[in-house]
Amino acid sequence: MNYYSDIKEIQFELEQSELMPRIVELKERNFADKDQYDDAPQDFADAMDSYDRVLDVVGDIVGNIVAPNAEAVDAEGPHCEGGRVRYAEKTYENLDAMRKAGLSGVTMPRRYNGLNMPVTVYTAANEIVSAGDAGFENIWSLQDCIETLYCFGSEEQRQKYIPRVCKGETMSMDLTEPDAGSDLQSVMLKATYDEENQCWRLNGSKRFITNGDSDIHLVLARSEAGTRDGRGLSMFIYDKRDGGVDVRRIENKLGIHGSPTCELVYKNAKCELCGDRKLGLIKYVMSLMNGARLGIAAQSVGLSQTAYNEALAYARDRKQFGRAIIEFPAVAEMISNIKAKLDAGRALLYQTARYVDIYKALEDIARERKLEPEERAELKKYSRLADAFTPLAKGMNSEYANQNCYDCIQVHGGSGFMLEYTCQRIYRDARITSIYEGTTQLQTVAAIRYVTNGMYAQVIEEMLQEAVAPEFEGYKTRIQAMAEKLNACTAAVKEAQNDELHDLCARHLYEMTGDVIMSLLLLQNATKSAELFAKSLQVYVNLAEADVEKHNALVARMTTESIENYRQA
Amino acid sequence: MSLKIIVLAKQVPDTRNVGPDAMTPEGTVNRSALPAIFNPEDLNALEQALRLKDQFPGTTVHVLTMGPGRAAEVIREAMYRGADGGYLLTDRAFAGADTLATSYALATAIKHVCPQVDLIIGGRQAIDGDTAQVGPQVAEKLGLNQITYTEEILSLKDGKITVVRHIDGGVETVEAALPLVLTVNGSAAPCRPRNVKRVMKFKRALAPLELPQGTDYEELPYADQYGKKQYLKIQQLTTADINADLQQCGLAGSPTKVKAVENIVFKAKESKVLTGSDEDINGLVQELLNNHTIG
Repeated sequence: MNYYSDIKEIQFELEQSELMPRIVELKERNFADKDQYDDAPQDFADAMDSYDRVLDVVGDIVGNIVAPNAEAVDAEGPHCEGGRVRYAEKTYENLDAMRKAGLSGVTMPRRYNGLNMPVTVYTAANEIVSAGDAGFENIWSLQDCIETLYCFGSEEQRQKYIPRVCKGETMSMDLTEPDAGSDLQSVMLKATYDEENQCWRLNGSKRFITNGDSDIHLVLARSEAGTRDGRGLSMFIYDKRDGGVDVRRIENKLGIHGSPTCELVYKNAKCELCGDRKLGLIKYVMSLMNGARLGIAAQSVGLSQTAYNEALAYARDRKQFGRAIIEFPAVAEMISNIKAKLDAGRALLYQTARYVDIYKALEDIARERKLEPEERAELKKYSRLADAFTPLAKGMNSEYANQNCYDCIQVHGGSGFMLEYTCQRIYRDARITSIYEGTTQLQTVAAIRYVTNGMYAQVIEEMLQEAVAPEFEGYKTRIQAMAEKLNACTAAVKEAQNDELHDLCARHLYEMTGDVIMSLLLLQNATKSAELFAKSLQVYVNLAEADVEKHNALVARMTTESIENYRQA
Repeated sequence: MSLKIIVLAKQVPDTRNVGPDAMTPEGTVNRSALPAIFNPEDLNALEQALRLKDQFPGTTVHVLTMGPGRAAEVIREAMYRGADGGYLLTDRAFAGADTLATSYALATAIKHVCPQVDLIIGGRQAIDGDTAQVGPQVAEKLGLNQITYTEEILSLKDGKITVVRHIDGGVETVEAALPLVLTVNGSAAPCRPRNVKRVMKFKRALAPLELPQGTDYEELPYADQYGKKQYLKIQQLTTADINADLQQCGLAGSPTKVKAVENIVFKAKESKVLTGSDEDINGLVQELLNNHTIG
């Protein structure tokens, strides 16, 4: 089984976007590397061909190594020994295969030995790895932290660390502390400058650090003594080769067992400042988080894909009352819903990744030369779109992954509750996706300003102008009506001018936005390939329409007077 | 110390995933109905070669395969995984070869392309013929030592190689002087995956026979690349190129004649009823151990 080439929808998302030629042109700087590097593409078609082949390797390794290992990794989990992490035995096999395949530093430029692939392609790889083992995806995809070091580190730091990551060294981002979870402004890990040795030192502890015994850490710490808010925090690079950070314990978790979640102790650990002081949280962690959130959205889609595969396979195989259970409409509906949410969520994921690609590539070009006025406008446009779409993609897909894995167990009936089938593992694994890298509630906080400032409304308006296949015109009318309800609810909430009511309704407006945008994305997809998406379009728009109705009714009842009933002392 | 290694590889029909149309009515393999794959044990062989290349810088690994144009796919696959290049041994005169004619062709080609070869490594056997004869015959024809059923190479120094080989009921460790032929067991280390940078680098590598009929590299898309990057042209060898004796090639050089092919149907002749008692279970285990069904 190949986890890439077997899934036509992933290939569709890569190939069928009008934005892709622009992404490749920017990322490849008009194919400037073509005579210098043997692996660089000659033109757009050549680049697309390479992406396809690279993902084929990912799909092959996941299908033949990572996925078959997932159960053993889940059962064994990592070990904490003498302050170090020892992964489950099969995790090393997974890592070894990914390293030998050269799937490290995927988005990094070739001059640092990276693959120079767009975020969109990396996102696909992420999704594929997650479909095989979401816990392993965590370890592998933390290589994405290198983006932040690349963007904000010095040239010296880039040359020191990026080639190491491209060789397969692992990374972690050390942010959370016991009293600083969602509220990272409260981070207290102390960074002090050691005048004698001319370096920074870290002292304190961190908690819930994914892959906390990695080779290269990005650490958020308080460099400005006496401060208490986010402006006193800076970003540091800790190199495990220097020593000074130990793992105190590994958490015992509900899911993603393969991924070690560590409590770390910093004992005068030598580190390097990354970027400027005081910008740690307000600039660098925000960048880190946006990348990580897109990663979790991809992880969620991968889990939904596996939920679909497992539910489908079981329902075709399992016979009751003399028939395969898939023939019963009640079962078939569950599986159709999984598929519809999977396809819709995936469309949102890749649209977001494409926006990220364009703005990141332009931002990178801006480090090399001054941008032209039209490029600056383009950068601004896509940067805003990426900011708006990332929390939507993360929140909606992680909630869908949970719903889909729940339904997947339901399809399995009693067998699904036994710890035997894959569905129980993905159900446990999915649970964290709507929590880490910002809970869905925080994704709502990040997204809601784009609801109230009309940004999404504008995107929706533009998408509604696009031509669709004649047979799908009816959907456009229905989605238009959904958008109108969203706009009316938004207007009502704004008009009330009550902050608490605004926060109370935010989640509902957020989900309505997701419903409308994903319906429109599926409509575009089905217009390009009815064969792949016509069914999901129908099922999803039915679901989305009903969901919009529900939120519409709730928002209508949530008034300044009724807030009291939503308060629990 | 750097080594010159030739890996023998064969493109085979994937007999592990057999569909209903896998055999022709005449009882021969219906090659068009089965996907063509890299013979699995040849991948184990390639891994052993690549490990030596990792260990001894300057070592070269070339794949030698005999087959039609599309067999060049195994050469590309090997290049994706780390081989330096390969040779496609291809000629109508090679068609219909049994193991004797095949080993003659391979041995003759090796003499031609790599007279100073240090190691020839191949899989134990191919999944289509299952003879396990070609490796040993190549060794005989070249007058070289051979170690079959290789599980692991323990060391290589002072012109001697130490190898763990799989034998009935256990393993044995043997030492032999280079140059020699190794055949590798499927239980040896699996081959490393394709490396994506190498995939991108070598993806356009083609043997002349793979080009559309009557065209040249200059007429292909990205034609300039073939001029600049010689590694994109997979070398092709005919009987004439290696001065092969046509009488020893292909059908002419194959004494094996298939007389008849019969389907074998397994039928239970006698049955034994066992209870679930410890005694019966132990008795069954002992019986299966004795007749080597398990062990």
